[in-house]
Amino acid sequence: MTRKPFLTVAVLMGTALVLSIALGAVTIPPGSAVRILLNKIPGVDIVNIWPAYFETILWDLRLPHTILVALTGAALAGSGAAFQGLFRNPLADPYLIGVASGAGLGAIVIMSIPQAGRYLVPLGAFLGALVTIVSVYQLAKVGQIVPLTTLILAGVAIGSFTSALTSFLMLISDQMVLQAMSFLLGGSTVTGWDPLAIALPYFSIGLTLLIFSGHSLNVLQFGEEQARQLGLPVEKVKLFIIISASLTTAAAVSFSGVIGFIGLVVPHIIRILWGGDYKQLIPLSIIGGAITLLVADILARVVMAPGYLPVGIVTAMIGAPFFLWILRRAKKEVFW
Amino acid sequence: MNASKSTLMQIQDISARYGDTLALENISLEVKQGEIMGLIGPNGAGKSTLIKVISGVHQASAGEVYIEGQPITSLSAAARARRIAVVPQARQLGGAFSVRQAVLLGRTAYLGFLGNPGERDLQILEWAMKETAVDTLVDRKLAEISGGEQQRVLLARALAQDARVLLLDEPTNHLDLKYQVDLLRLLRDLVDKENLSILMAMHDLNQVSGVVDRVALLVGGRIQSIGKPELVLTPENIQDAYHTEVELFPHPKSGKYYLFPKT
Repeated sequence: MTRKPFLTVAVLMGTALVLSIALGAVTIPPGSAVRILLNKIPGVDIVNIWPAYFETILWDLRLPHTILVALTGAALAGSGAAFQGLFRNPLADPYLIGVASGAGLGAIVIMSIPQAGRYLVPLGAFLGALVTIVSVYQLAKVGQIVPLTTLILAGVAIGSFTSALTSFLMLISDQMVLQAMSFLLGGSTVTGWDPLAIALPYFSIGLTLLIFSGHSLNVLQFGEEQARQLGLPVEKVKLFIIISASLTTAAAVSFSGVIGFIGLVVPHIIRILWGGDYKQLIPLSIIGGAITLLVADILARVVMAPGYLPVGIVTAMIGAPFFLWILRRAKKEVFW
Repeated sequence: MNASKSTLMQIQDISARYGDTLALENISLEVKQGEIMGLIGPNGAGKSTLIKVISGVHQASAGEVYIEGQPITSLSAAARARRIAVVPQARQLGGAFSVRQAVLLGRTAYLGFLGNPGERDLQILEWAMKETAVDTLVDRKLAEISGGEQQRVLLARALAQDARVLLLDEPTNHLDLKYQVDLLRLLRDLVDKENLSILMAMHDLNQVSGVVDRVALLVGGRIQSIGKPELVLTPENIQDAYHTEVELFPHPKSGKYYLFPKT
């Protein structure tokens, strides 16, 4: 099974997608769920044996939600893998290094301006992410390298600062406190197809750029000096990767809020299973991130049914112990 | 050394600084085709800095380096990497890569942004791994092989760059004696066979005369002496440079001179 990474993740992805549209407050049998979906394909006509409201729940609620969750997980894990490669540091994660908080602040700033349209939120998040990543990088850099300790410290400092600003903004504009609170916990309140239509270009551009940066990330693993000697235009490439990963993080945060640890846990597991070649690691992390967040989201729906637990709580509960485990292992890591 | 061979690399009046400290001062030397030029000098003399300037990772404050008549500051990173390849000291970098993946990265300057190798890239990859005898290690991870093997992988990666000039920074450091001898012999063979030029920073003075055609002695960022090893490696020169008294003894068989600290 582990010999064919892409087949493995494709099978898991299919399973997670079907479970995600089938499970919830109302359970739709997976068989029916698949048939309802197939029936939507033009030219396919399946005898209708399911209650009509199944179709409404599935098509209008679960499917757009599922796609958004999958894209969010993909974006967080993909950008996590890219940040790890860029910093050559296994603990770089959009959440831990403060980029997600920065994107969250950017999003909240736009939300708190009554005149600004909802479609500007991703742009605000993108700018917030960019400013954060550049600050954290400058703060954490010691000579040519970005050591583990300074990266995490700078990330925590910048993350706390942006979170404080975010809380402040929430307090002074009280009508949006609830919306923002749920947003920050990573509980997507966005439903239906319309927001997905706005989100899709951001996700697809960001994820495509990330997949394209695999080779450059490989060269960067030998350090910037050697990368330049091998003929890589290092400064341009770094900028390209920072922009791609920030765009992807911003897309995830603007539509699903600040969700932690996916960007840390997923690339780490992929690396253990299939090695550190970024040409493969990035796409596998993207699919793996989608699967993982789908599973966390299903848990969030099932545990509190018919209510919904913000998925960020689920990922943090599972992710934080995992983070500690990596921290302990980091000293003797051979696959990094 | 063949005097009729043409100059491949010309270093002209190079100066370089780190902040306020002058690390190199008016360095001029040339390396011909098929020539191995050694670089010796005490720690901090500027050997590594010179290699960094030539390979484009440290900017010279004055002067220029020419490869086949072309100034290197006019070249893009990729164009430079197709002419000059660097073999760094073996370090624990890129440990997650297999030997094959690491050597293939030597083709970066020829590959597109996505890094997909073509037929010619794969041919050169096979050749480079064979020349350095790492073709038996292809799927091993860098973190799992010995220091000597890592050094050969880095040399294979440099060969894959298909460059005429090789720069090496103390390549035998941290290697067992056997690997040191093997590596230096391999370099001599490559230069003779492929007509490359090598500029190599060296630590062990007694390795110098067996390998290089000429050697430059750097002290405090300046060339103190340059020429054939027997002219540069004199007790006076070495004492001045290293502030240690040395004696010169001829080898009983080869007649070559070796340096020993006075006791």
